[in-house]
Amino acid sequence: MSDPREVTTESRPVRIALITAAVAVLLLFLLLPLFAVFAEALRRGWEVFMASLTEEAALSAIKLTLLAAAVSVPLNTLFGLSAAWLVTRFRFKGRALLISLIDLPFAVSPVIAGLVWVMIFGSKGWLPPATLEHLLAPFATVASAAAESENFGGLFEGLAAWLKDPKFIFSTPGIIIATVFITFPFVARELIPLMEAQGADQEEAAVTLGAGGWRIFWRVTLPNIKWGLLYGVLLCNARAMGEFGAVSVVSGHIRGKTNTLPLHIEVLYNEYQFSAAFACATLLALLALVTLGLKSVLERISGHAAAGKH
Amino acid sequence: MSKRRVIPGFGLSLGFTVTWLSLIILIPLAALFLKAAGVGWDQWKTLLTDPRVLAATRLTFGVSAAAAAVSMVLGLLVTWVLVRYSFPGRRLLDAMVDLPFALPTAVAGITLTAIYGKSGWIGSRIAASAAWVRDTWQPGGWIGEQVKTWAEFGAAYSSFGIFIALTFIGFPFVVRTLQPVMEDLGKEIEEAAATLGAGRWTVFRRVVLPLFVPALITGFTLAFARAIGEYGSVIFISGNLPMKTEILPLLIVSQLEQFNYGAAAVIAAMMLIISFALLLVINLLQRRLDWQNR
Repeated sequence: MSDPREVTTESRPVRIALITAAVAVLLLFLLLPLFAVFAEALRRGWEVFMASLTEEAALSAIKLTLLAAAVSVPLNTLFGLSAAWLVTRFRFKGRALLISLIDLPFAVSPVIAGLVWVMIFGSKGWLPPATLEHLLAPFATVASAAAESENFGGLFEGLAAWLKDPKFIFSTPGIIIATVFITFPFVARELIPLMEAQGADQEEAAVTLGAGGWRIFWRVTLPNIKWGLLYGVLLCNARAMGEFGAVSVVSGHIRGKTNTLPLHIEVLYNEYQFSAAFACATLLALLALVTLGLKSVLERISGHAAAGKH
Repeated sequence: MSKRRVIPGFGLSLGFTVTWLSLIILIPLAALFLKAAGVGWDQWKTLLTDPRVLAATRLTFGVSAAAAAVSMVLGLLVTWVLVRYSFPGRRLLDAMVDLPFALPTAVAGITLTAIYGKSGWIGSRIAASAAWVRDTWQPGGWIGEQVKTWAEFGAAYSSFGIFIALTFIGFPFVVRTLQPVMEDLGKEIEEAAATLGAGRWTVFRRVVLPLFVPALITGFTLAFARAIGEYGSVIFISGNLPMKTEILPLLIVSQLEQFNYGAAAVIAAMMLIISFALLLVINLLQRRLDWQNR
């Protein structure tokens, strides 16, 4: 042992063996699927690939996936901000319980996350479509009236049509609400440890200087947490666009209507249209790659240590 | 609350957070448990002793535990290498550890099936080896059955395929829990142990490894909990044969497709109760270990 460094590290052959083993695990086990997606997608050529991405069912699936994410991500971002503000800026009874409850969706199978909505809004649920129609009838009347108005009528047409026949299961609102359930904790989960670590000193100082609540939030809190917030939104979005189990339970797989991109992939795969299925899968694989890339960038900017908090 | 609240927004954030939590999470879960409770004790008993449910339960929890355990071992190796050694491509590989988190489960499912199925890059080799083992040694019993399936289908359509998918899904949980603990560990104790004459392997086994145990248990738990509920990455590779490769979440879906709402709710409630109980037990265990290490 001539080199003093040797005491706290392994001998060279052991080191090389361990590095080789770890790299083999990462490449053959973790990264191989990524290559396989693209290889399988292009197996039958570029034309088949492009055709599978531009067919009508694929386009409508992409649209629905974007819509589900566009609704659920902002809602859960709002919730995450509110929850993090609540549990990091105040101490109150039941705070610990509240924190555990926020994490609850992580312990729930995606299938169950879909099932709960079937239990509520399904035909044998607590609020079946007929009851819902009855309950929402007054709103339906108002919305229909609004839809007929000359100026903004177009904005209300969709809502009015839905309120006349309010369905969650096997329809778009069900898919959205299942996605909201699944992505519920993502933003809160990132913000809570971050805001706890930062403490409330700056906000308290702002209060003594006479700033109001919203002003404190926009001018003091938000600039401090922006990278963490973006990080949470990024993970939330990746999950929202890629969710499969929960939406599969509520969607009913109606082609061109209630299929999100992951569900469309399943349908194609089960019809043995493998190249088309993998072509659509490349979009989601690209989403994963972009997410990972942005995540690394954000970690570098914010010095955020990636901890296993998923 | 002795101190007056200086920062504004308590009422608003409390109201919004609790309302949203109740609407999206608590009330729906309560609705599920109510539905499950409503089917009556007799049906619970019939369902929970149904051989198909029992087989799915055994498979789900057994394979999930095995996959989480293997994830733990692989995760320990990979984390050690990523934290302790520097080599070209380390940062890129580090970023790629999160791939299973970021890759949608349906994509992981069809891709793993393509790789480990009979004509896949790895599956074809598994099938060839299994065929060789079958013809050379002709093993019997459970192993013989497995080898026959592997020779025919590669790793797909067997519990081995489910195991591969769940290990893939669970792996990053272990790495990401262990990594911060390993990075924070100073070299002083290792130096001290070396000074006292301990060899490298002894230092690792007796000094370093015990410090990782709480993080390893947390990683195992997270991977295990995720594996139990996993659906998308499993259903393609498993082949979904009743009694053989049918997992609990799939059983819920198939009950639902036959409009057995009650049965689906009962199985889901049972899964949730077991998962919550497991997480609670392991959390308590971990708190004890944390406390002992202090």
